[in-house]
Amino acid sequence: MSLQTFAQLIEKLDATNKTNQKVAALAHYFEQASDEDKLWTIAILSHRRPPRPVNTTLLREYAAELANIPLWLFEDSYHIVGDLAETIALVIPDEKQQTSKTLSTFLEEIIELKAQDDEAKKSYLQHNWKSLDYHARFVFTKLLTGSFRIGLSQKLMTRALSKTTGVDEDELAYRLMGDWSPTNTTFQELVFEENKEANLSKPYPFYLAYAIEGEASELGDVSKWSVEHKWDGIRGQVICRSGEIYVWSRGEELVTDKYPEFENFKDSLPDGTVLDGEILPFIDGEIGLFNDLQTRIGRKNVSKSILQKVPVIFKAYDVLEFEGMDIRSKIFEERRAILSSVIESSKSDALHISDTMQFDSWEEVAHERDLSREKRSEGLMLKRKDAIYQVGRKKGDWWKWKVDPLTIDAVLTYAMRGHGRRSNLFTDYTFGLWNENEKGEKELVTFAKAYSGLTDKEFNQVDSIIKKTTLERFGPVRSVEPQLVFEIAFEGIALSSRHKSGVAVRFPRIHRWRYDKKIKEANSLDDLKQLIV
Amino acid sequence: MSKNQLLVFNSKGIYCKQANIYIDPWKPVNKAIITHGHADHSRYGHKHYLTHHKNVPIIKHRLGDISVEGVEWNQPFTINGVTFSLHPAGHIIGSSQVRVEYKGEVWVFTGDYKTEDDGLCTPYEVVKCHTFITECTFGLPAFKWKPQQQVFEEINTWWKENQSEGKTSVIFGYSLGKAQRLLKHLDTSIGKIYTHGAVENMTEVVRPLVDLPPTELITRETKKEELLGNMVVAPPSTHGSPWIKKMVPYVTATSSGWMAFRGARRRRAIDRGFVLSDHCDWGGLLASIKATEAERVICTHGYTDIFSKYLREIGYDASIENTDYEGEREEVTPTAETVS
Repeated sequence: MSLQTFAQLIEKLDATNKTNQKVAALAHYFEQASDEDKLWTIAILSHRRPPRPVNTTLLREYAAELANIPLWLFEDSYHIVGDLAETIALVIPDEKQQTSKTLSTFLEEIIELKAQDDEAKKSYLQHNWKSLDYHARFVFTKLLTGSFRIGLSQKLMTRALSKTTGVDEDELAYRLMGDWSPTNTTFQELVFEENKEANLSKPYPFYLAYAIEGEASELGDVSKWSVEHKWDGIRGQVICRSGEIYVWSRGEELVTDKYPEFENFKDSLPDGTVLDGEILPFIDGEIGLFNDLQTRIGRKNVSKSILQKVPVIFKAYDVLEFEGMDIRSKIFEERRAILSSVIESSKSDALHISDTMQFDSWEEVAHERDLSREKRSEGLMLKRKDAIYQVGRKKGDWWKWKVDPLTIDAVLTYAMRGHGRRSNLFTDYTFGLWNENEKGEKELVTFAKAYSGLTDKEFNQVDSIIKKTTLERFGPVRSVEPQLVFEIAFEGIALSSRHKSGVAVRFPRIHRWRYDKKIKEANSLDDLKQLIV
Repeated sequence: MSKNQLLVFNSKGIYCKQANIYIDPWKPVNKAIITHGHADHSRYGHKHYLTHHKNVPIIKHRLGDISVEGVEWNQPFTINGVTFSLHPAGHIIGSSQVRVEYKGEVWVFTGDYKTEDDGLCTPYEVVKCHTFITECTFGLPAFKWKPQQQVFEEINTWWKENQSEGKTSVIFGYSLGKAQRLLKHLDTSIGKIYTHGAVENMTEVVRPLVDLPPTELITRETKKEELLGNMVVAPPSTHGSPWIKKMVPYVTATSSGWMAFRGARRRRAIDRGFVLSDHCDWGGLLASIKATEAERVICTHGYTDIFSKYLREIGYDASIENTDYEGEREEVTPTAETVS
C-alpha cells in the first residue's frame, strides 16, 4: 500500500470529530496494511518518529524555493497557517503525480537521509514534494517534522488495534509503552509477544484523573475518599529493576538523565519497584514553584549550577509494581500501605511521600483546598480508597479538584493574528497593567499574553475594534489604542527576572471581557505583586 | 501623486471628491455607489443608492424601501466630469467593480471578486486601469482553490454517502451568494434540497435573475423523516441551534475559503469542510492585478500587510487603506444574517 493510503487515513481521522468513526477508520486501515506499515503507523501515532533528518531552516528554504516565493513570504504564511508541514503542503503547487512507495519505504529513506549532504537532502525533498498530492505531501512533511495532532489519543489507537488483533486493550497499552522503535522490533513481536529484555525499562500506562464537575459532595460518603494535594510539577514514573533506575515522564519520554538526583534510588528501593508521583523543585527545604522547574525542563544538559539552583525531589503517591509483581489491581489503600513502608525504609533525601488526608465532611475538604496555594499545590486530588489503578483517563475513581484561578483586570495593548482557524482574526493578545515610571507617569507594562477564553462572537467583536484602532503595525503584530479591559485568570504567580514586568504568571487566559470597566480602572502591577504568596 | 487622488478613503468610505459620491460607504452619506449586496458593502442609511440592476432587488430585500437606481454593466455615466461605469466582479449575483475615470486617469475598485466562473453570476471582467483598489481576503500563497467542478464532485459524493447511511446532509452557506452557488451545483438526481427561511427568502429574490433548482422551505410542519437522505442548505448561524438539532440524524458541512486550513476544518464542530470561496485565491489576485496593467495597487481588506509587501517586491506601487469591509468571515457576523 502506498503512502497515499496512509494519507487517506490521516485525512479521514482529520475530517471527523467522532470517536467511533476515528476508531473505525483506523481499524479498517490496520486490517489492510502490511506489518511494516502497521508498525510504523503505531510508532508515528505514539510519537516515535525517526530523528529529524533536515533542520527546519533548510526545510523552509527548500520549500520556498520550490514554491517560487521569497522566504519572508513563506515565513509569514507559516506564521498564519501555524503548522510547518501544512504550510509546505499548501504553498507547493500540485503536479498531480502519484507515488507507489509505501509508508515504511518513506520512513526508511528518511532515516538514511540524515547522514546525507545538503544537496542530496534538497533534491530528495523537492522531488518528493513535487511527486505527491496535497494530502500525501502534508503527511510526508509531517514525518520529517513533527507529530500529527489529529485528535487521536493513544487510547483510541490502542482500541482500534485491539479490535483488529484481538489483544486486550489494557494489555496492548502496556505493550506499546516504553523504549522501542520500528528498527528494533517487529509488529508481531511488539503486539503479540512478551519480551522480557525490553520490558526492563517499560513503564505502566498512567492513570489520569478528570476534573471534578459540580460539587465535590456529589461524590457521596467522604469517608470512602482519600485526599491529597495536587502537586504542581511533572508527573513521572520511577522504575527500579535489575539494579537500574528509569524515569519516565507522562509524555512517555525517558528522562532518567535529566534527574541525576534519583540515581541513588537504586540503593534505597527494593528491586522490582515502580512508583508513580510528581517531580517537584525543592529549594532550601521547601517545595518550589513550577516556574523554577521550567528553567530545568528545556535544557539538554543539566549543569552543576542548575542542580544546585533547582534541585528536585520525587513525591511518590502510588506504587504500581512491588517485588517484581504488577500490583495495579490491588486497591488504593493496600497500595498506599506498601508505598508507606517502601518510602519509610528508603534512605534517599530526594524521595518523599505525598501525604494522604482523611476528612469527616466535604466542608473540611473544601477548607483544605483553600490552603492549596500556601502548600504550593494546585488543589486537591480525591482518590477512592477501594479503587484499583486504572489505565488512561477514566472517570469515577480519581478526581482533581483545582483551586479557583487568580484574576486581575488588564488592558489590551497589542494584538497578533491567530493561527489556523483564527488566522483571519486578531486573537492573540498582549495585556498590560498600570505602573508608574521614573518620571512619575502612569504607563501600561506588559505582563501576560493570552489567546483563549473568549467566544467566537467576542473574538469577532474584539478583532473588529482592533482593526479600527490600530496604532502601528510591526509585521504580524499591531499596537492598538488602549481601550479594552479584560479579566485575566492564571494559575500561579512568581517573581521573574526574565519578564519585563518582573512577574511571571502561569497559564494566563482571558476570563471575561470587562465591558463595564474603563482602562483607568484596570489593576496595577503592584496589585499583581500583592498576589504573590 | 496628490493631484491624482481620484478616490480617497475617509471616515465614511471611499470618496470621489470631484463627483461628490461615495463607493460602498460604511457611514450614512447622500449618494452611494454599491458594489454588491453583502452587509459590509451595502449598509443602511444612505439617501440614494446606485448599483447594478441585478443587485437592486437584493438590496431592496435587505434594506427595505430605499431610493435606488439600477444601471447596466459597461454603461458609462458622468457626474461633474467624472465618468463611472460598473463591470462584473464575479463575486455573487449582481456584484460589480467600479471604474472611475477623470481627465484620462482611471481607477478601479473591485469590491469583492473572484476570477473563476462559478456558472451562476456574470464572470469577472478585466478592467484596465492606472490604480487598482483590490480586496485581498485570501492574499497568501497558502490559498489555492481547486476548480469548482472538483469541489462539487466532493460535495455531491459526500451527500450520497450520507444518504446511504440514512442521514440528512446539512451544508452551511451565507444566504446571499454561497447558498445559491451551492443550489446551482448540487446534484438534484441524488435527492431533494430543503432550505432554511433566510436562504429561501433570498433565493426567491434572485430566482428571476438566475436558473436555480426547486427548493423546499423547512417549516414547523416539515417532518424530520422526510429530510432523511436529502440536503438542507442553511446559514452558518444555525449551526448548533435547536432548529438544526431537531433533524437528527444529520451530518454537517461548511464551505469556505478558510476550510483550506486544517485548523479551521478540525476545530469546528462540523463534520466536513469544503474549500469553496467567492473570493480570489493567491493566483487569482496576482493574475487579475497583472491583467489590469495597473501601476499602483491599494489593498483594502484581508492580508493587506503581507500582500502589499509582496506586490512592492515584484515592482508595484502598493499601499494599504483601512476600511470596514470584512471579506469572507468564517463565523457568522450579526449584521450579515439577521437582516434576511
